[in-house]
Amino acid sequence: MLEGLSSKLQGIVSKMRGKARVTEQDIKDMMKEIRMALLEADVNYAVVKEFIAAMTDKCKGQEIFQSLTPGQQIVKIVHDSLVELLGSEQNKIHVSPSGFTVIILYGLQGAGKTTTAAKLARLLKSDGKKPMVTSVDVHRPAAALQLEVLARKVDVPSFILPEEKSAVKIAKKAVERAKYLLCDTLIVDTAGRTTMDEEMMNELKDIEKAINPTEKLLIVDAMIGQEAVSVALAFEKAIGLDGFIMTKLDGDARGGAALSIRKITGKPIKLICVGEKIEDIEDYYPDRMAGRILGMGDVLSLIEKAQSQFDEDQARNTMERLLRNTFNLEDMLSQFEQIQKMGSVKDMIGMIPGASGKVKEEDLDERIIDLNMAIIRSMTIKERRFPNILNATRRRRIAAGSGTTVQQVNQLIRQYEQSSQLMKRFSKMNKGKRRGGFPMSGFPF
Amino acid sequence: MGIFESFKNGLLKTRGFVAEGFTKISAGLGRYDEDMLDELEALLVQADVGVGASLQIMDSVRHHIRQTGDDSVDSVLFAMNNQMLKILGEKTELHIEENTLNIILLVGVNGTGKTTTAGKLCLRYKGEGKKVMLAAADTFRAAAIEQLQVWGERTNTPVIAQTIGSDPAAVCYDAVHAAISRRVDVLIIDTAGRLHNKQNLMDELSKISKVVYREAPSSSIKALLVIDATTGQNAVIQAEVFSNAIDIHGMVITKLDGSAKGGVAIAVAHKAKSPILLAGLGESAEDLVNFDPEIFVRSLLPNS
Ligand SMILES: Nc1nc2c(ncn2[C@@H]2O[C@H](COP(=O)(O)OP(=O)(O)OP(=O)(O)O)[C@@H](O)[C@H]2O)c(=O)[nH]1
Ligand SMILES: Nc1nc2c(ncn2[C@@H]2O[C@H](COP(=O)(O)OP(=O)(O)O)[C@@H](O)[C@H]2O)c(=O)[nH]1
Ligand SMILES: [Mg+2]
Ligand SMILES: [Mg+2]
Repeated sequence: MLEGLSSKLQGIVSKMRGKARVTEQDIKDMMKEIRMALLEADVNYAVVKEFIAAMTDKCKGQEIFQSLTPGQQIVKIVHDSLVELLGSEQNKIHVSPSGFTVIILYGLQGAGKTTTAAKLARLLKSDGKKPMVTSVDVHRPAAALQLEVLARKVDVPSFILPEEKSAVKIAKKAVERAKYLLCDTLIVDTAGRTTMDEEMMNELKDIEKAINPTEKLLIVDAMIGQEAVSVALAFEKAIGLDGFIMTKLDGDARGGAALSIRKITGKPIKLICVGEKIEDIEDYYPDRMAGRILGMGDVLSLIEKAQSQFDEDQARNTMERLLRNTFNLEDMLSQFEQIQKMGSVKDMIGMIPGASGKVKEEDLDERIIDLNMAIIRSMTIKERRFPNILNATRRRRIAAGSGTTVQQVNQLIRQYEQSSQLMKRFSKMNKGKRRGGFPMSGFPF
Repeated sequence: MGIFESFKNGLLKTRGFVAEGFTKISAGLGRYDEDMLDELEALLVQADVGVGASLQIMDSVRHHIRQTGDDSVDSVLFAMNNQMLKILGEKTELHIEENTLNIILLVGVNGTGKTTTAGKLCLRYKGEGKKVMLAAADTFRAAAIEQLQVWGERTNTPVIAQTIGSDPAAVCYDAVHAAISRRVDVLIIDTAGRLHNKQNLMDELSKISKVVYREAPSSSIKALLVIDATTGQNAVIQAEVFSNAIDIHGMVITKLDGSAKGGVAIAVAHKAKSPILLAGLGESAEDLVNFDPEIFVRSLLPNS
């Protein structure tokens, strides 16, 4: 599924290759795939519809940047818009000016409220705050005990009254207790509820009136379906919402609800949870979420990365040689070095739409680049510059010198030949058109 | 309340959504044109039926219209109803065998309702006069054992448990032997929530299953996958991956009393090989009913 969109887009893009302008049909085809991907990611239907309409307009009549293929450009537009919707501002938990902050967590049953309460307590404590946690979940068996056990684990005081049946009473007493203990933050864990349960929604309102929370956070399971929007709206209507925390992002759900809720409520995502352990809570990055929801690597960050980290002079040298058809093994070595600077091969592959579908995880041996670099480094300067002198004797020597086998040396040379073929074609196609930049099709893998 | 009534009441919201949408789309005309069929498809997607299953349902509706030349509301309803039932399969009940030990293993991702379902099943079989036992094989989550023990107290059922952090397979070993020696009819094992993409946790589950099969070779063993009705398309992957790890006998869809449309049941059934056996309709012990595809579909679509 995850590779689905990437390879489909790649298919459309490859048909576009060489075209200076994207046709309406191209845009339509791509939008169809993107729409499907968003729906499969559980983005709300109405949100998808509006988004696709806006994107189609935006993509029409766009001039093609020199540096991007038309396909990449559409992906860039969609991706950038997604990131924008998902929020650009860093969102911290608010602190009450009174000096005593009350954070209340609510959401559906099993969303991860109790676990998140403990995670937040640990986070705030490490920020120098003095948090206390309390459970007003009087419904789920052993709910209060669950929180108490977790609080003990992070060495934060907890206040529970397992025999008390009134959530409001517990909440009020917890505030008193927290102030008495000179805590500056109280985290209130509530019982899970369906938004249709009026009685339970009223309980939430009563608690709110009693303790007037500073931060009202909705806990949302990343796996939630189309219902996310009405759930968020129902909680927003009942007690209000300052932001939300998405949980279980360590799973493989695409988390489309993040987009739906942001779009419909406009409220920020404050943090994300990525595991069952108390440390598994992280800052939220809109661009990562966009890539996740789209289910495709983010070409743009690849291109940006490539542009920012690729040594300009080196690149120009390689490029000039490329254009003169004199790409040699020295250039290849410097390409390898650049690639290493950019991060792991797996990350890189993940960033290339289309590639993720074709390259199997087990084929991705991170060591292969190291190996290839060692092989080239065992060559003489002359061999690097004029690879066609590499006869059998030389290859054996190089294999011995680099601790590899002759097959591996042959493999590298074949790869070089393929790359240089590609580059030749590339240089013919682009002669005079490009001012520089990274030759995308020239990746030697 | 009859079984039909309680299931239907639990699905009230769902009914409202799809049925109303259905009627609204055809309002006035009394028949369906191509645009309206597209809208119907969108309605299914909005009920979490998923793009794949929705397409299949609408394809069969279009096919039916072409064949019969009848594009009336009744005709569309008829075709939709049929295809949904085809996807959901025949009604299958969770069968308990007489005169032998029955073991029910509850598995699923985090927070779906495994422990609650264990408590509900306990009440069901106690009510039938069976000798029941619970096993607390969630040794990971804080207070998971105590949570199950509360269900044990509520239903007056013995709970086999060790301490937090102990080996869940060892708990199962103890439980199976206790159940055999005490001549228990139904042993219900609650396991920890685990995301299907975590290999170590899925391996742990295979180990649990192996131990149960090995220690109770002559008993009837059924693993049930518990799926939350508010889940979106990830539920389909859950069903697939859990079925690859262990033998899944059937599925339980919980939280159908919530605002979710429950269409995910169709999305899951569309891909999964095992049937949906049970439905959870609330947090109390009584809120468990047999899943009935006909009632489910009937409550999803408007009356014709
Ligand atoms: N509304 C509703 N809530 C349910 C239903 N089944 C379970 N719940 C609630 O969902 C929450 C999670 O249920 P549990 O039974 O603890 O789920 P679990 O799968 O054992 O969870 P973990 O062991 O933490 O993975 C609890 O608050 C339950 O009361 C249902 O059918 N309807
Ligand atoms: N994998 C994973 N599990 C989580 C995460 N957050 C919570 N859980 C699990 O989800 C289940 C329900 O969590 P809990 O905090 O009890 O939910 P509550 O009912 O909303 O209070 C438990 O099994 C938790 O261990 C998360 O980020 N990732
Ligand atoms: Mg809780
Ligand atoms: Mg449990």
